[in-house]
Amino acid sequence: MGHLRIPALPRNFFSVLCQSMSKALEINGAHKSFDGVEVVKGINFDIEPGEIFGLLGPNGAGKSTTINMIGGVSHIGSGSIRVFGKDVVDDYMDTRRMTGVMHQEVTLDVFFSIAQALRLHSGYYGVPYDEKWANLLIDRLALGPHIHKKTNQLSGGMKRRYMVAKALIHRPKLLILDEPTAGVDVELRRTLWDFVQDVNREGTTILLTTHYLQEAEEVCGRIAIMNKGKIVACEKKEDLLQTFEQKKLRIRVADKISDIPAALTGFTPKKIYGNHGLEFCLDLDCSASTVLDGISNSGLVVSDIETEKPSLEEVFIRFTEEGSLTSEL
Amino acid sequence: MNYKPNDIFFPWLPFYSLLKREVLRFTSIATQTVITPIVTASLYLFVFGVHLGGQLSILEGFSYIQFVVPGLILMGVVTNAFANTSSSLFFYRYLGSVVELLVTPIGAFRFSLAFTLAAMLRGITVGVVIWLISMLFTDLPWANPVMSFMFIFLTSFLFAQFGLIAAILSNTFDALAMYTNFLIVPLIYLGGMFYPISMLPSAWQTISRFNPIFYMMDGFRQSVLGEGDIPIRLSLAIAAALALAAWVIASYMIWKGKRLRL
Repeated sequence: MGHLRIPALPRNFFSVLCQSMSKALEINGAHKSFDGVEVVKGINFDIEPGEIFGLLGPNGAGKSTTINMIGGVSHIGSGSIRVFGKDVVDDYMDTRRMTGVMHQEVTLDVFFSIAQALRLHSGYYGVPYDEKWANLLIDRLALGPHIHKKTNQLSGGMKRRYMVAKALIHRPKLLILDEPTAGVDVELRRTLWDFVQDVNREGTTILLTTHYLQEAEEVCGRIAIMNKGKIVACEKKEDLLQTFEQKKLRIRVADKISDIPAALTGFTPKKIYGNHGLEFCLDLDCSASTVLDGISNSGLVVSDIETEKPSLEEVFIRFTEEGSLTSEL
Repeated sequence: MNYKPNDIFFPWLPFYSLLKREVLRFTSIATQTVITPIVTASLYLFVFGVHLGGQLSILEGFSYIQFVVPGLILMGVVTNAFANTSSSLFFYRYLGSVVELLVTPIGAFRFSLAFTLAAMLRGITVGVVIWLISMLFTDLPWANPVMSFMFIFLTSFLFAQFGLIAAILSNTFDALAMYTNFLIVPLIYLGGMFYPISMLPSAWQTISRFNPIFYMMDGFRQSVLGEGDIPIRLSLAIAAALALAAWVIASYMIWKGKRLRL
C-alpha cells in the first residue's frame, strides 16, 4: 500500500504566504518633524496589493516626506510603516528590495551612461541584471537612442524616463512615483501612464503623487488627499468624486438675460455667464427637469443644456483650500 | 508584457555593485584620480630625490632618494584613499543623488565597506605605481615586505575612513578642501616624509608623536629600509588602533544616517 506523500513546501512558503496576504502598504500614525516643525501629523492609510493609489496634495502637504519615510530616506518620527507586512525600519532589507522609488527631484549618477547605471541599479537591489526586462524598459520608455549617453547629457524628459526605468529595473512589488510627469511633455505623460498601467496589470502596486489631477483621476483606483501634514480624504475615486454630491447644470437660453428669473431663485448657488447662460449647482439626485420647468415658466427658450459632474480638481480644491479643512482621517 | 514582480535577492550583490560603481567611478576619471598623483609624485622623485638628494645624506647607509621613496609611496596612499571616499560620498550628498543609494537594501556596514575597499584600491594602486617609477632611480631593500603590506593596508583603510567622515561632516566644497589643505597635507609633511624626526629639536619631536601619520610613515619606512625612530610593532599597533577607531566612528555615522538620511 502506497504512503500518502505530502509534497514538501518551499522553505519560504509561509513568509511568501504572509506577504501575499498583507497589505502592500500600511501607514499607522506616522509622524515626522524637521527642526520642531511637524510636517507629517500622524497619518494613517493602507494600500491593497494591485492598486494604483494616488496621494494628492498641494506643495508642502507632506507627500514627499511620507514617501521618503517609506523608502528609508527619512527616519520615521513615530508610528510605523509596513510594506507587504514588513516593517520599513526593522526589516528594511526586505522592504527596500520590494520597493522602487522614483524621486521628485532628478537624481543622477553623472559618471555613468544609462546602460551602465541601470546595470548597477539592478545590483544595488540584489537582483541580477535581466537583459530582457531592461530591454523592455528601454524600449517602452523610448530610451534606446540615448542608452550610451551619460545621464547628465539627457534632456529633462529623458531624465524622467530614465528615472522611471531605474525605479523599475529590479521589478519591485511596490512602485512609488513622486510626481513622475512634472515638467514633461504630453507625449511622455501619455506613454508613461500607459506603461505604468501595464506594469500595474502585471501585479505591481503603485503609489503615485501628481499635480496633474486629471491624470490621477484617469489612472488611480483610490485617492488620498493630504493637506498640511494630514490625510483629509481617502476614498475610492468614485466615492471621492461624489463627496460633495453636487453636479453643475449649464443652460444656454435664446434670449438675453440680466437677472436670474424669479422662478429659479430657489436654486443655490447659481450664476449668469455671458448674456445667455445660467449655471446651477444641483444635488446629484436632483433632476434637471425641475430647473428646466422653472426656465420654461419664466418664458425663456432653452437653446443648449449641459451637465457636469464634479471633477477631482474641484474636490481637491474644496478639501485643501484655506478654511475648508475637513477633519483628519 | 511577461513581467512579474521579483522575488530574487542576492544579499551580497548590493555591496558588490556599489564596490564596482566606486571602482568604475575613479577609473572613468583616471586622469584626475590616478595619473595626476603619479605625475606629482614623479616630480617629487626627480626634484627631491634625484636632483637635491644627491647632495644630502640623512640616514646612514642609505641615499636620500631611498629615504624619501617610502614617504612618497605612503603619501600617495594617504591622499588618494582619503580623496576617493571623501569626494565620492560628498558628491553623492552634494548632488542629492545619495537618495538613490538610501532606498536600496545596502546596510551601513556594506555601504561603508564598498566605499572603503574602492578607496584602498585607488590608494594602493597609486602607491605601487610610484614604487615602480622609483625603480628607475633607485632600489629599495624591502627589509620586511609583510610589514610593508600591513602598513599600506592599515594606512589606506584609516584614510578611507577619514574620507567618509570628512564627506559626511562637510556641507560645502570649501569645507571639504579644508580637511585636505589644513589637516591631511600638514600631517603628511610634518610626519617625517622628507626627514627623520630625530633631526628635529626635541620639542618638535614631542609634537610629532601626536601626529598619527608619523607612526605609519616611520613604520612603513622601517619595513622597507630596516631603520626607524621607534619600534615597528608599536607603530603597527598605533596604526591598527587608529584604523579601528576611525572605522567605528565612520560606520556609526553611516548607520545613524548622519547628514545622509533626513
